[in-house]
Amino acid sequence: MTSLLVIIVLVLLAVALWQLTKIFDLTQVGSDTDSSQVASDNDNNIQGYLMFGFLAFIYIFSIYGLFTWGPLVLHTPASAHGAQVDNLMNITWILIFIVQAITQVLLHYFAFKYRGKKGQKALYFADNNKLEAIWSVIPAIVLAGLILYGLYAWTNIMFIDDEEDTVVVELYAQQFKWTARVAGEDNVLGKANVRYIEGVNTLGVDMADAYAQDDIVVSELHIPKGKKIHFKMRSQDVLHSAYMPYFRAQMNCVPGMVTEFAFEPIYTTAEYRELPYMIEKVSNINAIRSKKSVALVAKGDAALDPYAFDYLLLCNKICGASHYNMQMKIVVDTPEDYKKWLSEQVNLAQQVKEANAPAAVEGADAPVKANDTAAVAKIAMK
Amino acid sequence: MSAEGHDHGHDHEHEHHHKDTFITKYIFSIDHKMIAKQYLITGIVMGIIGVGMSMLFRMQLAWPEESFRIFNILLGDKWAPNGVMTNDIYLSLVTIHGTIMVFFVLTAALSGTFSNLLIPLQIGARDMASGFMNMISYWLFFLSSVIMISSLFVESGPANSGWTIYPPLSALPQAISGSGLGMTLWLTSMAIFIASSLMGSLNYIVTVINLRTKGMSMTRLPLTIWAFFVTAIIGVVSFPVLLSAALLLIFDRSFGTSFFLSDIYIAGEVLHYQGGSPVLFEHLFWFLGHPEVYIVLLPALGITSEVIATNSRKPIFGYRAMIMSIIAIAFLSTIVWGHHMFISGMNPFLGSVFTFTTLLIAIPSAVKAFNYITTLWKGNLQLNPAMLFSIGLVSTFITGGLTGIILGDSTLDINVHDTYFVVAHFHLVMGISALYGMFAGIYHWFPKMFGRMLNKNLGYVHFWVTAVCAYGVFFPMHFIGLAGLPRRYYTNTNFPLFDDLQNVNVLITTFALIGGVFQLVFLYNFFHSIFYGQKAVQNPWKSNTLEWTTPVEHIHGNWPGEIPEVHRWPYDYSNPGHDEDFVPQTVPMKPGEEVLHH
Repeated sequence: MTSLLVIIVLVLLAVALWQLTKIFDLTQVGSDTDSSQVASDNDNNIQGYLMFGFLAFIYIFSIYGLFTWGPLVLHTPASAHGAQVDNLMNITWILIFIVQAITQVLLHYFAFKYRGKKGQKALYFADNNKLEAIWSVIPAIVLAGLILYGLYAWTNIMFIDDEEDTVVVELYAQQFKWTARVAGEDNVLGKANVRYIEGVNTLGVDMADAYAQDDIVVSELHIPKGKKIHFKMRSQDVLHSAYMPYFRAQMNCVPGMVTEFAFEPIYTTAEYRELPYMIEKVSNINAIRSKKSVALVAKGDAALDPYAFDYLLLCNKICGASHYNMQMKIVVDTPEDYKKWLSEQVNLAQQVKEANAPAAVEGADAPVKANDTAAVAKIAMK
Repeated sequence: MSAEGHDHGHDHEHEHHHKDTFITKYIFSIDHKMIAKQYLITGIVMGIIGVGMSMLFRMQLAWPEESFRIFNILLGDKWAPNGVMTNDIYLSLVTIHGTIMVFFVLTAALSGTFSNLLIPLQIGARDMASGFMNMISYWLFFLSSVIMISSLFVESGPANSGWTIYPPLSALPQAISGSGLGMTLWLTSMAIFIASSLMGSLNYIVTVINLRTKGMSMTRLPLTIWAFFVTAIIGVVSFPVLLSAALLLIFDRSFGTSFFLSDIYIAGEVLHYQGGSPVLFEHLFWFLGHPEVYIVLLPALGITSEVIATNSRKPIFGYRAMIMSIIAIAFLSTIVWGHHMFISGMNPFLGSVFTFTTLLIAIPSAVKAFNYITTLWKGNLQLNPAMLFSIGLVSTFITGGLTGIILGDSTLDINVHDTYFVVAHFHLVMGISALYGMFAGIYHWFPKMFGRMLNKNLGYVHFWVTAVCAYGVFFPMHFIGLAGLPRRYYTNTNFPLFDDLQNVNVLITTFALIGGVFQLVFLYNFFHSIFYGQKAVQNPWKSNTLEWTTPVEHIHGNWPGEIPEVHRWPYDYSNPGHDEDFVPQTVPMKPGEEVLHH
């Protein structure tokens, strides 16, 4: 990769130098004959060939890119609707490649083929309604197909049927951290508003709401495979975006309103790690990391941990200085493992009760601190 | 000045007796040609700053958190202690780069230069409808540039919530450092900028409608004028909406209103805001923001139409279809803004509507692209630097436009929204394309502006290195976007998942640095040629349009005698009934000559 880079840079510099020397030749030799700064036949010839060369460059670069960087892009979707998205994506890509391949050839080939010569006259060809009709109608038909497929898929993905049996989960965004709230046994989230934020209740859940009692707040989300997860997003401060690339899922988190997205995971984390493409990707990443580690250790720093794949929730809307490090791990379990995980969690009502009990104060250091700063801020306001 | 019209030729003589002082000639000039030059030079200075910023943050992305002395020199100890760029200033650089390039370079400098220069010259007018307002427009632009640049020196840093300045991030100084004084200056600068832009646009519209010379019907206007005219209309329709958004944001920031804010808990306290919605801001912003893309692009396409026709020695193919597609693009551009908001939390039904309208834009765009290609076919191509940039524009317009089919489709946007795929798409289709259009315009009309020629060989070097680097930067960027890499990340090192993308980032930065440094070739050529370039002849490109009938030395009122009358359309190149391969618009129709086009 780096060697290729060096080669490209060298080639570029060589082209540049060659061009520069040409300039000096021309400024000295041609100062009498060609000082108009308008392209001469010789210029047209050279530039025409360069146009042709540029066409080759675009093609070679594209093919090289497809082979080198193609494997880096997102692959096998981990959600049920993902196949639909990827299918539409692939169809669109095929169309794009066909149009791109044809138009770029025509454009650059014509620039080469019809490079000007003195005394030559161009064809006077001002308009042709048939041609105009062809290249309005064909794109229109193709686009109509894309639009219809796209709208069909979009409607399927975005309109969530409330009757459906889903697992309701809240994704809660704040600078620069994600928290999740699982709706618990009743599968209904308790009401919430930032004005209820207090102590361990960092999500502002209304603890007087009966639905809130079994809500579970976690910082690493587990979800079951094979069941639709109905996400409800909230933000407490600025815009964030809940981006889960492997699930082909994204939705902004907007302060003052609840946004929604739903999908059904179809691979557990363990299964997804075993996909051949993922094994290759991870080993590739680990090769890069161990190479980096060698350099780090030589400098006296700690080596990097080897990487294992996990689904991630990333923030994908600029949300502040540390936007670049706002992430949460999502684990897709088998339904049995999920049940087990769920049973191990302490629900919010219990956490609040414990935090309020005087004995627990020393134990729960961090939440108390948060409480303190809130209190200090309130006093400062006054 | 607004009284200047067609029949001004006779009383023109006495104008020569006015003695121009340095100030009235070069600074507070009301001559459209001088104002065009002022716009261009200011734009170039802003462009240097904007592009320079991109090189700095590209270095950070390729070699994250590494120490570079240049960072320390340029950014200072606060923002780059020991030469390591901080995350705050990274976001500032990204934000101000976007703002400068989109508004100051590609809107103001592109339209400001070429609309001002070409509208009076190509329609046959003595000057703009209101020369005074034109001057005010430039000076407001200059003032807004100064304010924007001054925000770079504020202690809490320049605005850094992205060029889209979505609240609440941009509204709350607690949320990010740049939302303090930096954002106040940003908003002030933009408000003035919008006033400047509106004055310019109104002037262009009035001039095109009222001051066309005899015989210059709307269907004999060069496509440049059509593009500038329609662009000005979109500007007048959409910029006031951004102004209103900016004003409401100022209210939220300073006077405690809640237009865009609700239920916010930040820095340990609940704020009083209730009932507003950031989504409203997004609607208002993109109601300008999307037409803005075409405000940037249409003038570039207009310039390209003119340059391609002249240098192909052929009529532009499908003149009427080109006009129709400009109008169609302009109309559609005002009803597609929601495609920036598919996943903003707005009702998904709106997503369906905006997908439909957005993908429709592909049709007039395809017409334009195919018409350009057909214009080249069987031409006698004079591959001047301006022509190369125009062909380059068509190439990047197609490449970048095609990926718009993905982003405009709500279903596909879910997963590529706000990734580097978007960055690659819009840089190619509007950034690079519009820059190419601007360069094409500069190479083509430099003789008209400065009476001298740009060196063509330096122009060739400039084009080829830029062309290779533009694809070198933005083609690989599509892949890292499709790998799910979000934009506006200061570094990706916190995600081992993205470790395998680092090589690509290094490659992109390498191309960016080479491409950026080679713009020096252009700068040298530009400033050197102003003073020492080859003296230009009156019509160096053998063009048909009216601006080449004016003398090389600029005079007030453009034509020494009467304004010429127009007898034909501007694209009679290689007309079989004539010996020369160009027939200027001022040449009367021969007896019995038929109009060969529709």
